[in-house]
Amino acid sequence: MPADLQSGGASITLRGLTKHYGDAVAVAGIDLEARPGEFLTFLGPSGSGKTTTLNMIAGFIDVTAGELLIDGQAVHSLPPHKRDIGMVFQQYALFPHMTVAENVAYPLKQRKVEKGERGRLVTAALAAVGLDGYDARRPSELSGGQQQRVALARAIVYSPQVLLMDEPLGALDRKLRDTLQLEIKRIHAELGTTFVYVTHDQEEALALSDRIAVFNAGRIEQVGTAEELYDAPETVFCAQFLGESTLLQGTARPDGGATLVEGPGVRVHAGRGHHSAGAAAVVVRPERITLVPATDDAPAGNAVRGRVTEDVYLGNGRKLQIELPDGSAGTVRETAAARSACRSGDEVWLTFSADDAVVLPDDGASAPTAPVAAGAAA
Amino acid sequence: MSAPTVTDGATRASVPAAPRKPKRRVGRGLLWAFSALVAFWLVAPALVVIPLSFTDKQSLAFPPTGWSTRWYENFFSDPTWAASLWSSIQVGLLTTVVATVVGTAAALGLARLGPRGQTLARGALMAPIIVPVIVVAVGTYALFLRFRLLGTLPGFVAAHTVLALPFVIIPVSASLAGLDRRLQDAAAICGANRWAVLRQITLPLVAPGILSGALFAFVTSFDEVVISLFIQSPYLRTLPVQMYGSITRDTDPTIAAAATMILVITTSLVVVASAVALRRIKHAR
Ligand SMILES: Nc1ncnc2c1ncn2[C@@H]1O[C@H](COP(=O)(O)OP(=O)(O)OP(=O)(O)O)[C@@H](O)[C@H]1O
Ligand SMILES: [Mg+2]
Repeated sequence: MPADLQSGGASITLRGLTKHYGDAVAVAGIDLEARPGEFLTFLGPSGSGKTTTLNMIAGFIDVTAGELLIDGQAVHSLPPHKRDIGMVFQQYALFPHMTVAENVAYPLKQRKVEKGERGRLVTAALAAVGLDGYDARRPSELSGGQQQRVALARAIVYSPQVLLMDEPLGALDRKLRDTLQLEIKRIHAELGTTFVYVTHDQEEALALSDRIAVFNAGRIEQVGTAEELYDAPETVFCAQFLGESTLLQGTARPDGGATLVEGPGVRVHAGRGHHSAGAAAVVVRPERITLVPATDDAPAGNAVRGRVTEDVYLGNGRKLQIELPDGSAGTVRETAAARSACRSGDEVWLTFSADDAVVLPDDGASAPTAPVAAGAAA
Repeated sequence: MSAPTVTDGATRASVPAAPRKPKRRVGRGLLWAFSALVAFWLVAPALVVIPLSFTDKQSLAFPPTGWSTRWYENFFSDPTWAASLWSSIQVGLLTTVVATVVGTAAALGLARLGPRGQTLARGALMAPIIVPVIVVAVGTYALFLRFRLLGTLPGFVAAHTVLALPFVIIPVSASLAGLDRRLQDAAAICGANRWAVLRQITLPLVAPGILSGALFAFVTSFDEVVISLFIQSPYLRTLPVQMYGSITRDTDPTIAAAATMILVITTSLVVVASAVALRRIKHAR
């Protein structure tokens, strides 16, 4: 990547950012800081306010309330063309009446970059996205993946401090998405620009991001690295939206150094989480659970009774669906090395260490049987 | 229409298709004959003027018995005819410019209004199509009398522009509706201010609509009679007005020559513009 395309990334600060459409609340007061040069992803179900937030940062829609700062400067009153932001749209949004080179040169022309310099930068940007030699084509003569590469080149050619992307890979097929994900990650690393990326695909979020902001119903549930979100979810929604989890519901009370959660057929100690009184949910990740064939006596430590309802062989291991005492479903993953003898229909004990159990306030918004659907409906 | 027949034939492959064919051929023949009849009905009155304009007699008797080009010579040598053609072209071109600019601006503005405002404003702008022309003509006459615009070039252009506006707004609005709004956002974030977005993105992409609007504006003005009759003066008289005056006085076949020229001018304009629009659309895809 040539040095001309690099930019110092700017920070983006949102304070109580709010957007109302009439009575409808699209974004309900968001506090968030994107650090300079960071790759920050907005992850959340459909309608959770990701695009609305991004469009406010870009300046396409007005802010109802709250503050929006780029590099410490309030930008509310700046129109989009003065914000020094680059953007890549889901449907490419290339100018159909211009060639590839003209599309990429467009932002430079607006900035009155002199012609020779312009040509050099266009060539560099097209090379950066692996599209040298396509200058004279029209967007209509390119595949979807190529069009999105052109859009990316157009967004980086003027070295904006911030690059916004709204589901840029949403219209592409799986394989192409994987390839372009890697390229976006590489370009981010080479440019030093602050990236804000919107997706509702959690794998994409995990693969790309420095940090992820999980959106739900116009609010941010949690911001953190992929590890933080996975290992220490702060809300039931996060636990369910990002990755798989088994959820045990009950009432919490402190017990020694841990929290004891008791519910129908559930009596477990959770060693993590900050919630020790009232309605609670204990979250355990599928690979943290060990299955033990059912015996009359419960094994020592945390153990919950269940019945295997589904048993899917995955080559490198197995994924099992378990029916829990309260009728909800849990998920267990076993590696090939640590396979148990339990099969579909067997009665089992789910055992796990208290250190792998996170206790969270149970807001009642969860629907443990179908994590992803619950996310989408919320 | 043909789809059910096709599936029918395909699904019943075992039934020999041969006996059905003649029936279908007869049906198709009838359809062609009917279509030809309708087409003839639509264009015949217009086409009759072409042979009439080449008659060698001092009458509009059809069909002509001998041929000459004397009525064309007469058209161009008679100052009243030539002047009226020139007036029509002047009024037509000026109306085209004014109506295209104003109509395009109106369409852009309409697209930014909310749904209710849009319905109201659109209704007002489309009124000239719905209100009877004769009513508009009387009103225009009264107003122009008051403001001394009768028989003036600005008067003609103003009156024709009102009639031509809807024909610009309709195609431009249609083009705008088909425009991806995100393109304007993309241009803006690339650093283009509003004016640059309009000039470099929006207008080029709705150009086919603007072109067809301009064309309709010219044609609307070029063959407008009713209002023009009311606001004419001996000094400014458009071609259709001159033709109407001519046929009420005598049956000079020069009128057929004039009609033929109007036909040729408007038809070739439409053909050229359609070709250009098609090319542009293909280019943009
Ligand atoms: N112009 C608008 N008028 C009214 N409501 C709107 C408008 N735009 C968005 N909304 C509402 O705001 C909420 C948030 O929408 P937004 O587009 O930000 O969601 P999103 O998280 O981007 O979803 P998706 O993943 O489907 O793109 C939705 O409930 C939506 O219906
Ligand atoms: Mg969206």
